[in-house]
Amino acid sequence: MITFLLALIAWAVIPFDEGMVLSDINVGVLYLFAISSLGVYGIIVSGWASNSRYPFLGALRSAAQMVSYEVSIGFVIITVLLCVGSLNLSDVVKAQEGGGILGWYFLPHFPMFIIFFVSILAETNRHPFDLPESEAELVAGYQTEYSSMAFALFFLGEYMNMILMSGICAILFLGGWLPPVDIAPFNMVPGIIWFALKVALLLFVFIWVRATLPRYRYDQLMRLGWKVFLPLSLFWVVATAGFLVAFDMVP
Amino acid sequence: MIIASLAFYLFAAITVASAFMVIASKNPVHSVLFLILAFFNSAALFVLLGAEFLAMILVVVYVGAVAVLFLFVVMMLDINFSELRQGFLQYLPIGALIGLILMVELILVVGGWTLSPEALELSAAPVAEMSDKTNTEQLGGLLYTKYVYLFQAAGMILLVAMIGAIVLTHRQRPGVKKQVIAEQVYRRPEDAMQVRKVEPGQGV
Repeated sequence: MITFLLALIAWAVIPFDEGMVLSDINVGVLYLFAISSLGVYGIIVSGWASNSRYPFLGALRSAAQMVSYEVSIGFVIITVLLCVGSLNLSDVVKAQEGGGILGWYFLPHFPMFIIFFVSILAETNRHPFDLPESEAELVAGYQTEYSSMAFALFFLGEYMNMILMSGICAILFLGGWLPPVDIAPFNMVPGIIWFALKVALLLFVFIWVRATLPRYRYDQLMRLGWKVFLPLSLFWVVATAGFLVAFDMVP
Repeated sequence: MIIASLAFYLFAAITVASAFMVIASKNPVHSVLFLILAFFNSAALFVLLGAEFLAMILVVVYVGAVAVLFLFVVMMLDINFSELRQGFLQYLPIGALIGLILMVELILVVGGWTLSPEALELSAAPVAEMSDKTNTEQLGGLLYTKYVYLFQAAGMILLVAMIGAIVLTHRQRPGVKKQVIAEQVYRRPEDAMQVRKVEPGQGV
């Protein structure tokens, strides 16, 4: 229930098109980050409330995993915000305007784009990081003891979270509602369709990865999060800041 | 305006009530959940003040990270409550003393305001000029220019505390098997395999 609700309320600040957003708050990115970090509570509380071993183990794994990967997500978001100079999501998209696909942030920040995508895989408990519900070890993890509507809410929440995270990724790196080439047949298509296409593309990669890769071991997961992604994204934050200051491009 | 003040009283009342429940509830997990409720309501109070950046940071840092770790630890702990209750009377005088000191300090501060009106004006004066800048910009400008040394000092203290905690809890245990990926990658077949000629009926 919490998982589902949180995934829904985050949509309030996602801009689908220019001006097509429910509430255009100034701290939109932080709001999204806060909401996505709350998503773990649904899992922890459900695992604890089941009062049974497998769900509890799943909940603990989920808590550790989310806290670890949130750190690198935070740094990646900071990198993008350094280039934008605003926390407003519409401003983030507008900063990528001009030059079509070459102006989007996934090109200059390509390593960050990959790190962000892998981190959102971990954040939404998808393969290959679905250790909280890994059916080979923990039956079904935190949702073992749930059935019917409660189970449905978990799954709706998980898929909602996937779509939401793909939306965030599309806004931060793939230029939100902007068309890839700003010439006649492309810029006549409404922005919401471009946005939907980008989200669909990212969702396709979600499913693709799920079908392709085997599950990580838990210590490998922690190593990847803390020893690989965190130093790399921290370095990239410093490098981006240095680059912007050195070439006098600070927005 | 009346809605804003009503909202203020609602959030403040819930904050105080849930803060009380943090120390009053019997189950530590419930305590942490009430703590989260208290954090949320204080974030709402920040939003009412117009400090949405602080509100979001409060939710991200405290609710999103710190409280998750609290919950994590509290769920893992196996606390015996009858033992905890026995120590209650023993620590009561110290707790009461600290509470008393805090109350005296609060009374001194509020008493200072009523005695000298200048102090009240000083504390209410805005530190940064209220322009059309966003919240985040104002806060950043203030933190990194006027209070940059204090900010750095706070960072240093946190770093030292973190290193201290790691040094205190870290221990080297013998006989722990760890995966060293570089070793695995650099392993050659010649080091790992031997080809033996085994005669029939003799074994290796």
